[in-house]
Amino acid sequence: MADAIDVEGLIKRFGAVTALDGLDLRVRAGEVHGFLGPNGAGKTTTIRVLLGLMRPDGGSARLLGGDPWADATALHRRLAYVPGDVTFWPNLTGGEVIDLLGRLRGGLDRKRRDDLIERFELDPRKKGRAYSKGNRQKVALVAALASDVELLILDEPTSGLDPLMEAVFRDLILQEKRRGDRTVLLSSHILSEVEALCDRLTIIRAGRAVESGTLADLRHLTRTTIRAELAGPVDGLAAITGVHGLTAEDGRVAFDVDADGLEPALRSLVAAGVRSLVSQPPSLEELFLRHYARDTESTARDTASAARDADGTTRDAEGVR
Amino acid sequence: MTGTLRLLRLVLRRDRFVMPLWVLGLGLLPYTYVTGFDTLFATVRERSDYARLSAGNAGFVALYGPLHGDSIGELTVWRGGFVPVLVGLAALLTVIRHTRADEETGRLELIRATVVGRFAPLAAALLATVAASTVMGVVVAVTLIGKGLPAGGSVALGVVFAVSGWVFAGVGAVAAQLSSSARTARSIAVLVLGGAYVLRLGGDISALGSGRLEWLAWLSPIGWAHRVFPFGTDDWWLALPAVALTVITVAASAYLLTRRDVGGGLLAGRLGPATAAASLRSPVALAWRLHRGLLFGWTAGFAALGLIFGLVGDSAVQIAEDSAGVGEMFGRLGGADTMSDAYFGTIAQVCGVIAACYAVQAALRMRDEEQSGHAEALLSTDVSRWAWAAGHLLFTLLGPAAALLAEGLFAGLVQGDNGRVLRSAMAQLPAVWVLAGVTMLLVGVLPRQAALAWAAVTGCLVLMLAGPLLELDQWVLDVSPFTHVPHLSADFTAVPLMMLTLVAAALASAGLLALHRRDIPA
Repeated sequence: MADAIDVEGLIKRFGAVTALDGLDLRVRAGEVHGFLGPNGAGKTTTIRVLLGLMRPDGGSARLLGGDPWADATALHRRLAYVPGDVTFWPNLTGGEVIDLLGRLRGGLDRKRRDDLIERFELDPRKKGRAYSKGNRQKVALVAALASDVELLILDEPTSGLDPLMEAVFRDLILQEKRRGDRTVLLSSHILSEVEALCDRLTIIRAGRAVESGTLADLRHLTRTTIRAELAGPVDGLAAITGVHGLTAEDGRVAFDVDADGLEPALRSLVAAGVRSLVSQPPSLEELFLRHYARDTESTARDTASAARDADGTTRDAEGVR
Repeated sequence: MTGTLRLLRLVLRRDRFVMPLWVLGLGLLPYTYVTGFDTLFATVRERSDYARLSAGNAGFVALYGPLHGDSIGELTVWRGGFVPVLVGLAALLTVIRHTRADEETGRLELIRATVVGRFAPLAAALLATVAASTVMGVVVAVTLIGKGLPAGGSVALGVVFAVSGWVFAGVGAVAAQLSSSARTARSIAVLVLGGAYVLRLGGDISALGSGRLEWLAWLSPIGWAHRVFPFGTDDWWLALPAVALTVITVAASAYLLTRRDVGGGLLAGRLGPATAAASLRSPVALAWRLHRGLLFGWTAGFAALGLIFGLVGDSAVQIAEDSAGVGEMFGRLGGADTMSDAYFGTIAQVCGVIAACYAVQAALRMRDEEQSGHAEALLSTDVSRWAWAAGHLLFTLLGPAAALLAEGLFAGLVQGDNGRVLRSAMAQLPAVWVLAGVTMLLVGVLPRQAALAWAAVTGCLVLMLAGPLLELDQWVLDVSPFTHVPHLSADFTAVPLMMLTLVAAALASAGLLALHRRDIPA
């Protein structure tokens, strides 16, 4: 299928500040794509360029096969957007805002609208100012999810929702995913959300994509943490490529291991006799932290990781496979 | 009150450009009037003729207040009769900006969570405003004394200006407690200011005739201010009720503050409809929802103005006919052949500049929409930037037209006029549109500085109030579009109106083009 979003080398400057510094982002039609990055990484700016609200200073951006700047309104008929910092008109009620935005997008499903309002436990009669941040987000989410569009652009949509409502949101996105005819770009800095919902993800930092691929692809980059109690001494663990931070004391060992080194490491453990073993699966969080800690920890980095960094900081899914 | 001084410094720092602007701008105005009168009158006789005529002219009394003498000092005070209203406006806007506006955006919540007392933000805003008004009063007194006017009167006028600021700082503080929206708070406070002006006006006009309703002026803080009569009777004690009212309003605002939550207002919000009306389906329909309050408010206000100006018009014309022979001087000031035309010409100009305030306010809504993020939500739908801007421009252009129409219609009806009054009001519209165009241009090209549009309106007002007196060069006067509005004399021509309309269209188009090309939000 064609790509819903195809961004290459996108550059956006605000005066002396470079917000986007050669960003790449590819979202395939029908997938839920996580757009992950810390505050100020450039997520919202990217989205504003994709919506034709901001004009890029360089690079190219294609949205649903069109030019987001030139074809803005035509493209907007096919998408719905939930802004991150959402506020609405103080003299309009939530219900009125939902209806208005829906109609301006070319119509919304009345039944689905009422259903969504009920699921989000939203009072649509309150006026703009009376809503809390979470409730304003619900208004925007209902308006977006009840619209008949092919692309949903959600900018940190759950940052104000309570855990119950976050669960409702996840359910709804998973429903969309099962239906498979909608593409979702989900910007977030909540890792568990992205892990639970997204087919693929792109991690950005300081205006550049640093990783992109499926969760499995990226997990490949992370390390499993292993703690074991052994019957006898173990030899050669430290020599295995991919084993990091090994500590051994009174028959207890603990280390992190890259995916490539997992099998030889386990073999040598088994050879020594395993009494107990705890293995922590690689998490997105670790990957995330490692990316953002790179600048500060560069001197403490071990050789393997340094060797891996040598082939460039930007890594595409293709490059990993 | 802990932290008041620190917050005061914050207020002064945030207002470091705007505050000196109004303090000096308004504070120096009396000085420019003295300079103007010095050059305008060659002889004492001319001056006393002018004073005698002005004192009996209902239009001028309506605008500036009563005049009881013919010294330069008294003429200056009288000519500056509208300044207390402007001071009051600046004061109430400053107080609301640093109280309710901060509270609405959530900034105050952040500040109140630090080591800052409950009353500190309100106290800081009030202190800054009261201090600014006082400095302005000092500027008035010092410059007039420097110009050689009697010290007593100079100080009295300074006090009049200063306490006008104090009173409306207090009014602003109370209004800020009532509504949870800064916009509503501003409307409430401006309404009080307008009411005070209208009461003053009604009482003063009545005093020209039977005097039966003169007590109306005594209900108004602006009426008190006028009755101090600096350089005349110098009734200092009349500043005391204003000081008392300041204390009362400040105390009331502090009490109201304790009766409500941070972020909340005393006027509770109500629930609205759960679904949108079928008509709410286009940018224009949304613009109507966002602009209709402004439209109704301004149109009603202009209708009331028209009613009053029409009612006092009779006596204005009557007096003009009684004092034939001195009309020539008014011809120079009012730019018309007859007293009636001079009167309604002046009125129309004043209404024009006020209508321009409406136009600027309406056009700046676009910028508000952008800054609040509303525009982003809207422009991510099937709404083009053109359509979005067009909805707002529609009300920016037609709203002032409706307001001027209401004013002209009511003034003309009361006056029993055959349309001349209405025409003189509507003739201002192209000049109003020019200022709307300037605002649109700023929104498009210099969005962060869009509020400069207010400086443009203020400039027009200053040129109108002080320009003819200062005998400024024509090219300076020509900067204001209102200078180009033709008077309704025999040689009336529509060409300047068409030119103004073209200028307005060019400015607005340039603004629209720039808006179409730039980032949103910028």
